[in-house]
Amino acid sequence: MATGAIRNMTGGESLGALALAVFGVACLIIAGLTDHGGYAFHMVVFALASVLAFRAIIVRRYHGDGPQPQEINGKPNYNFGPVKFATAAAMFWGVAGFLVGLVIALQLAFPVLNLDLPWTSFGRLRPLHTSAVIFAFGGNVLLATSFYVVQRTCHARLAGDLSPWFVVLGYNLFIVVAGTGYLLGITQGKEYAEPEWYADLFLTVVWVVYLLVFLATIWKRKEPHIYVANWFYLGFIVTIAVLHLGNNMTIPVSITSPKSYIVWSGVQDAMFQWWYGHNAVGFFLTAGFLAIMYYFIPKRAERPVYSYRLSIIHFWALIFLYIWAGPHHLHYTALPDWAQTLGMTFSIMLWMPSWGGMINGLMTLSGAWDKLRTDPVLRMMVVSVAFYGMSTFEGPLMSVKAVNSLSHYTDWTIGHVHSGALGWVGYVSFGAIYCLVPWLWKKERLYSNRLVEWHFWISTMGIVLYISAMWVSGIMQGLMWRAYTALGYLEYSFIETVAAMHPYYVIRAIGGGLFLLGALIMVYNLIMTVRAAPNAVEKSLAPAAGLQPAE
Amino acid sequence: MANMYAFLANIAQSVGVLYFMAIFLAVCIYALWPKNQSKFETAARLPLEED
Repeated sequence: MATGAIRNMTGGESLGALALAVFGVACLIIAGLTDHGGYAFHMVVFALASVLAFRAIIVRRYHGDGPQPQEINGKPNYNFGPVKFATAAAMFWGVAGFLVGLVIALQLAFPVLNLDLPWTSFGRLRPLHTSAVIFAFGGNVLLATSFYVVQRTCHARLAGDLSPWFVVLGYNLFIVVAGTGYLLGITQGKEYAEPEWYADLFLTVVWVVYLLVFLATIWKRKEPHIYVANWFYLGFIVTIAVLHLGNNMTIPVSITSPKSYIVWSGVQDAMFQWWYGHNAVGFFLTAGFLAIMYYFIPKRAERPVYSYRLSIIHFWALIFLYIWAGPHHLHYTALPDWAQTLGMTFSIMLWMPSWGGMINGLMTLSGAWDKLRTDPVLRMMVVSVAFYGMSTFEGPLMSVKAVNSLSHYTDWTIGHVHSGALGWVGYVSFGAIYCLVPWLWKKERLYSNRLVEWHFWISTMGIVLYISAMWVSGIMQGLMWRAYTALGYLEYSFIETVAAMHPYYVIRAIGGGLFLLGALIMVYNLIMTVRAAPNAVEKSLAPAAGLQPAE
Repeated sequence: MANMYAFLANIAQSVGVLYFMAIFLAVCIYALWPKNQSKFETAARLPLEED
């Protein structure tokens, strides 16, 4: 332990420590009062996290750690600690989420793998998979890249001393509480909004701090123009806050119970749920990752954005249109017909901004197309944009009522979601992380480009197997469900349609397995990059991006 | 309650539509305004800057 004068605690540290102490004690009291085992466990987790955070705040002063200067030698003193943490967390949760996805894919093919235990049943593992890949993997990618991009494009250090750490650590704590909750059977039962009221409240606090850190960094920017990627990030952060609050207007049974009830009922609740659900796709999985596209593709290709004007129109068109598309999840339900048609119409109009954005991303490579041959990281990001174009073509098509009458409730939807999730979100995230790790750990290059090639081709095969199996099984399922005999009876019993899916479910599981294998290769490559890749020389001497290894 | 609904629906279907379209039109004009072009060309290169 260092000797000498220890500085006084800052105001933020004192306030943070006090808040943690109060929060920790309150959680312990609730843990003692409740008779619900899972809820008590979560309260203990919160209390434990408070103790660790409290200790970290006290101890950091002994390590000479604390508020840092905004600039060193006239250069912005970027804060990359939280970015590194979120990047590593993204890879950890990514592998975990892909693995659970593989398990549930195998469960669908071989039901015996449910193990006859409540904790490992498909019903509990499925939300674990979706939350792990969307919110844990995707969320950490968005935290890491947004905190990186906002600093680099504003030429300013991330705002706040403790707050950025509170955001990344708090978000990951929320993930742990949400995920363990699903396994223990604590759920609201709303797709993508499963966490119960106390986890939701905690996430609200984390998210508001995230917004404030992001805004405050933009506020003190040295670059007069706010770069378009920051607009997309801001759109994502603000809208997710609104969606989260709107869809979680619940009243807890009591403070000692994890159960809560939503204030609206019936079709209103359904509409709120899919307004939330579809805009989680639109603003979490689209706007946030488009921000990644608008920073990392130009950076990696060393080309300016193809059309900056188009990027502005792209942003606002996307914002204006996406928010209305939710009702297409409720075709042929109790939702009024006009609302269904409205959802369908706006979904079709979304073709324009989606394809405008895709064209803008792809055309950014004008004059640099040859790099696709030599740089597998750039190739991964470009293929992701192609997948974005494909799934945003397919989505509006499926939102048309006549098509939806065939596709809804079938595996076609699952195939559609995964061409977007694996192809677009997954690949653009992998590309961004492959860029970020050498930049953050000050390495000249990745450990191995050949391993990136292996990752790329193995997981591309996985995606192709996955989505084509789901197309076939989905359309077959839809056709079997609506087949009638000459006498007007249903031609197939439900169990016959389930049995017919078996080969496709096996193919899908193989596809998912390949995707997971690719991610494991990536993890190895990244670990070796941090441990064994040569250190970068001084920034001003070497353009880090796009540099090829001299072999 | 029914009146409130009709009132809000009326606003959304008239003023709301015009308001949103006006904002979007303003965005398009801003994006396509010839004078802004050089500013946007600089902005398009922002990710490429080193510091």
